[in-house]
Formats: sequence, C-alpha cells, structure tokens
Amino acid sequence: MAKATTAPAGGFFANWRQNIIYIGFVVIFLVFALTLNDKGFLNPNNLLNIVRQTAMIAVMAVAMTFVLSAGEIDLSVGAVAGLTTVTVAMAISVAGPLGGVLAGLATGLAVGMFNGWLTTRIGIPSFLTTLAMMGIAKGVAMWISDTAAVPILSPGYSWIFGGGSVGPIPVLMFWMALIAGIGHIALRRSGFGRKVLATGGGETAARYSGIDTRSIKFKVLVLSSCAAALAGMLYAGRLQSGRFQLGEGDELSVIAAAVLGGTSLFGGKGTVIGTIVGALMIGMINNGLILMGLEFSQQLIAKGAIIILAVALSQKKG
Amino acid sequence: MTAPAPVAVRMTGISKSFGGIRALDGVDFEVFAGEVHALLGGNGAGKSTILKVLNGVHVPDEGEIEVAGQRLATPSPEAARAAGIAMNFQEMSLVPTLTVAQNIFLTREARDARGMIDDAESVRRAQALFDMLQVQVDPTALVGDLGAGQKQLTEIAKAISQKAQVLILDEPSTALSVSDVERLFSFLRQLKAKGVAIIYVSHRMDEIARIADRATILRDGKHVITAPLADLPIDVMIEHIVGKKSKGLADVARGDVARGESLLELRNVTGPHKPENVSFALHRGEVLGLAGLLGSGRSALARVIAGIEPSVHGEIRIKGAKVEIRRPADAIAHGIALVPEARATQGIIPAHSVADNMVMSVISRIAPKGFVNRARIAEIAEDMISRLSIKTASRDHAVSTLSGGNQQKVVIGKWLATEPEILILDEPTAGIDIGSKAEIIRLVRELAQSGKGVIVISSELSELLTACDRILVMADGRAHQMLDRAELDDPAERDPEHALQAAERRLQIEIQKALSIKEPSHG
Repeated sequence: MAKATTAPAGGFFANWRQNIIYIGFVVIFLVFALTLNDKGFLNPNNLLNIVRQTAMIAVMAVAMTFVLSAGEIDLSVGAVAGLTTVTVAMAISVAGPLGGVLAGLATGLAVGMFNGWLTTRIGIPSFLTTLAMMGIAKGVAMWISDTAAVPILSPGYSWIFGGGSVGPIPVLMFWMALIAGIGHIALRRSGFGRKVLATGGGETAARYSGIDTRSIKFKVLVLSSCAAALAGMLYAGRLQSGRFQLGEGDELSVIAAAVLGGTSLFGGKGTVIGTIVGALMIGMINNGLILMGLEFSQQLIAKGAIIILAVALSQKKG
Repeated sequence: MTAPAPVAVRMTGISKSFGGIRALDGVDFEVFAGEVHALLGGNGAGKSTILKVLNGVHVPDEGEIEVAGQRLATPSPEAARAAGIAMNFQEMSLVPTLTVAQNIFLTREARDARGMIDDAESVRRAQALFDMLQVQVDPTALVGDLGAGQKQLTEIAKAISQKAQVLILDEPSTALSVSDVERLFSFLRQLKAKGVAIIYVSHRMDEIARIADRATILRDGKHVITAPLADLPIDVMIEHIVGKKSKGLADVARGDVARGESLLELRNVTGPHKPENVSFALHRGEVLGLAGLLGSGRSALARVIAGIEPSVHGEIRIKGAKVEIRRPADAIAHGIALVPEARATQGIIPAHSVADNMVMSVISRIAPKGFVNRARIAEIAEDMISRLSIKTASRDHAVSTLSGGNQQKVVIGKWLATEPEILILDEPTAGIDIGSKAEIIRLVRELAQSGKGVIVISSELSELLTACDRILVMADGRAHQMLDRAELDDPAERDPEHALQAAERRLQIEIQKALSIKEPSHG
C-alpha cells in the first residue's frame, strides 16, 4: 500500500501544460505592465474597463464550459444575446423593467429548449442546430426591430444590468463573479456537474452508469441560451438600447475563452475558473493591443496568433 | 442441496430476439443467495444477452424475472439496480476523463453536510475498497491513464461498491495478474459468506473449478444444464459447451496442401507488452491458427508482425532473410498484410464505395502522377469482386449497404490488392452469419493454396480447426504448443460433424492446459 495513497506526481509547474492558461495570463500581464505602463495599462480605470468589456463574454463562456464538457457546442450564443437586447428593450417600453427582465429570460428559455429539443429528440448535431439558430435569432431580431436600435428609458434597469457601479466597482463585475461562482460550484461539486463531465467523457459509460445523457445535453443547451440571454440583458443595460448587432461574433470569443481555459472541445474536461481566466486574457489582449496602437487588422492577427500559441502549448504530446 | 438456500434470482422462460436471430430461447436460470454461480457457453451462446436482460439493459420478449422473490415488472437498469443487482461491464462503464474514485461512485457520490460532492471522501472510500481487495490502484488517477488490469479492478470495485445482493462479474479476470485474481477470489468468498449471490462468467475453466459452486451452461441461446461443479468435470463442461454448434463448418473441405518454403519465421520475438519469446515458422501454402483466450497475446503477436507495435527483442525473418519491422509500412513492403479485428473502425470506410475501399491501401500505386486512374480502380475492384464473390449491387455502392460477411470480404480484398505474400486475419468472422463464415474459411484455404502464407486468429475453435493446418496455442503472451491439425482428428470417427466436435473438445482441453502451466517468473 506504499504507492497507493500518494497524490499524482508533480506540483503546479510539473503539470505546466495543464496550467498554461494561468502562467500565460501572468506572463502577458507582466509584459503589458512593463511595456504599456506609460500608456496607462495599469491604471485602475483601464483594468476595470477590461472587466467591463469581458463580463458578457465571461457569462456566456461559463455556460459554454458546461456545453463543451458535455460534448456539445452552442454557436448561437452571440445571436441570442443580440436578439435578447431587442426583446428586452421592446418589452421595457410597453411593460416596464420587470416585464423586460421576464421577456429576456423567456427568450433564452425558448431558444434553449428549441435547441435542446432539436439536438436530443430529433437528433440533429448541436453544431448544425445552433448554427441554424444563429441565423434565425439574428433574423428575428432584425425583423421585429426593423433593424433599428430600440432605446431603453429605464435608468433602474440600466443600472442593475450593466451600467451602474458600486463605488469604483462596476455592477458588471458582480454579475461576472456571481455567475462564475455558481458555475464553478455546479461543475465541481454538484451531481449535475459530474453528470455533465461524465456525459462528455464517455457517453456509453455514462448511460450504463444510469445517467440520462439526453436530458443532460438538453439541460446544458438550455443553460447556454439562458446565459446568452443574460449577456444580452447586460449589453442592453450597458448601452441603454437593444440592437440586433450586439453580441455579433461573440460565439468565437466565448468558445476561445473556454478552450484557452482548458476545456476540451471533445468533452469530458473543463473548469469554470480556467474559462474566466481565459475570458479575461482575451479581454486583456484586446486592451493591450489597442493601447499599443495596433490597427484593427493587426490586432486580429496578433490575437489569433496568441490563442494558437496558448492552445498549442497546452496540448499533450504523443 | 439438502438445506435449500433462498433463491436470489429466478429467470423463467426468457426469450429475446435481435432482428430475426433468436439470442435467447426460453431460458430458465436460477441463482441462490450465497453461491458463486458460473455461467458458461461459447461465443454467441447467449451469456451476455441473458446478463444484460437481468441487468435491465435489454428488455426480454418473453419470460419473467424475480429478484429475491419480487417480480421485476418493468426491466430497466435503474429497476435492476434498485433490486440490488450490480454488474461490471468489461470497461464499458468507465469514463476515461474522470478519476478512479469519481468513476466508482458516479451518480452515487459522497456528499458533505451542504449536499455538495465531496471528492476527498470518495477517494477515501475508494481506497478502503481497494484495501479490502488488497490491490493497488490509485483512486486519484485518471481512468484514461490506467492499464487494462487497473481498469478491470476499477470496474470490479465499482460493482462491489454498490453493496449489491446480486453481483454479476463478466470476465473479470482477463487482464488481471495471477496474484490479483487470487485476491479477488478470496474477496468473493467473503461476499459469499455474507449471502451475496455471485454470477461469474469466464472462459477459464481452471478459475471456474476453483471458485464456482454451481454452473449453468448455455448453447445457441438455450439452457443446456445446471449442476453443482462437483458433477461437472472439465471434459464434461467442454462437451456441453461445444455440443453441435459446429454445423455448417464441418463440410468445408480441407484439402492437403504442400508446404513450401518458409515465408515468415519468428525467433524468440518479444513485443513491448506481449507476446513473450515466441518462435514459429509460417510456410508457403499453409494456414496457421493462433488459439487462446482473450488476453493470451494472439492479437498482440499480429500487431508485432505487422509493425504496429514493433518487437523489442528477437528476430523476424522473411524467406530466410533477417528483416527489421519498425513501422506498418515496413511490414507492407515485406509483403505482410494484417486484416484487423475491428472491421468498422479499422477496416473500412462504410460510407465509401466498394471500389474506393478496395484501393485505399494502394492509392499511391494506382495514381503515379497524382491523378487517380478511374479505369485502374474499376479493374482492381471488379477483379476482387469476382475473385472473392462479393455480393454487391455494383462496385459503386457504399460498403455500408453490404452484409457483414461481404463487408469482411471487402476488407480482405483491400489487403489482397497490395499483393501480400503473408496475410494475417484477426477474428475474420466476428459478427458474421454461419453461411458467410464457411465462405470466408473456404476463401482462406484458397489463398493458401495459391501460394500465400496465412495466419488466422479466432476465438471460435471450430473455425480454426476447419481453416488451419497447424494451430499455435497461446496463453499469457507465450506460445505453449504447436499442434498439427491432423493430431486432433480421431481416425476412427467417420461423421465429419462428430469429428469436428471431437477435435474442438481436444483443442479446448489443450487451451485450458496451457492456462494452468504457471510461469515461474510470474506474480
């Protein structure tokens, strides 16, 4: 029994491939801090700005961690966030802030259940279901808003959902921390989270162990759309309007954040903390590259290169 | 049985068909509390089907199941578990991305006071289980990183942890070391003393003789006999298992072939894991069979020869000249072709046409300038279709539209297109109906007659006996004995069907004998 009780060999640095996201985050932060100090990178306002710009991506990425861990994918999150900004804004104008919140949640629930139903009952792969939903959600948003911005004239709503701050701390940061906390505990410590990881890690084995894998997949897709709806509500609050373009293209940043954080695209593996750091890292890179004065075209190239490098380093060899 | 023990499981008149094939036909099966009950039968006898029925994975077409006197109304995995039935699934129920402890307690995780999953407690409980079994498995290791033996111990621990009243162990020992099997047995005896009913499936008769109290033998989906082990010496067991299931193969003619030069010779070849120190020679014009149980090293030997797992020791000679086989390409260059075991994943691309599958391994040869020559593809495909008499609507039909037997012929054709001299077939007839089996075996004989050397691996002994000129018996990665097919025949027996059964019994006894020879270096 000598060997049996010992922990897996090696500490934090011995498993550096697993922890590359944290090491990379610190390294990039230090590089930016040293080279961009004169341009105000370390200025508290700038750092809080990174959080503001990251919050919506982070909220969606937490749910995406569950979706990817269950071996599925959701490409519709950006479009659903955009659609939600429109439904929320329109509902507020007729039914007030509470009606707006309910309309936003209903949007997420409806889209998520439709995605889940198509994927688990009809059997269309979630890649296709949510790819189609991406177009449908955007189309609906353009149609009902007549492609025009819908203003939100409720200061209370705007304060709670994204615009406000408590002292220097933006409300968005509380939302991000809240969702991250719930997500972390749910994935690590709840029976649901364990079932999600088992479903993505080995669906047959999970089914033989008595897990209803179809129901798990349905639930993660609903969860993802609801998180996208919340992100949409935050966009709407922060910009005091609903517009179909909001959230456009976010699905790629969301998936990149989760994968950078160590979540496997093939399922069975993922952490919420990693995802949050991944989202912050993407936000920080965006911010740093802007401060460097790079043009948008150069930013895209640099961002892509950094993401490829980070993911390549995290791959197990052989 | 003077003092009747309470009945733990009673299955009566269980029938189950899969697409016209009757896997179980009115089977009765009864297990007492506090006994180890062996379930025996050849491949396709219905062992795993009846276990899956008992475990709720399959719903029977007819029949009733009672557990501890209670009728199971709606069979499902959940109902079976609630009734106290636990089963190991031969590595099927482990999630590779979770740890050992997380797998053992999946859906039954230890919880802390707030209802949250307590992984540290699960690790402690898993450690306690392994301590009880006296085996060494790290509960915090990822299952995907474990070797086969450790995975098997994890499966067993998972089944045991359910504290079931009925414990089903389906071939629990195939990957275990001798000493681990010993510890498992002493643990099973403890469980038995506590009144747990244990159903034990194994092909190793020596194990069954040591652990089981009674045995039930199935054959062709029917119940043959249930009796105390004392009334079932090994030769009687084998007789019941073999029965008359060899029909359809007995009439395959096995013409005498002249053995030519030595095509392939192995001298003390040892693989990275298995086999150990194997020597034999394969001659032109002969079919050599590899016999042995799961884990005996048959497929590992094939992988060494084909360069998939290169040898670490010993030498391989082709036509007398020493060669190095480090990669599959080396083997192919030396004229060796391996038709692998898993047809669907390793052999064919089901959605592609018969012709495209046929030329898959010779694409660079038929496309010398980078352009694929359509006429040449058609030529090769038509040649193979007629040579192997493949039943397909056309060469352009997808392989998935073909029957299992014809799919297998496509795989063989694909490798014949490389014009090999040495052909290795791993379980060539798995999942194929009996008619196609006989056809494949005839094909193997013809290939040998045309001057190739063929190695056949099969778990179905009647097949090996029909196809092969010589049979190498393997156990625990070692070659134990080279048998001449003629030695196994009884010259007095005229009826070909009886003769085949008699030979099968002899071969079965040789395989079991090989198992009982303990290697001094082992354990």
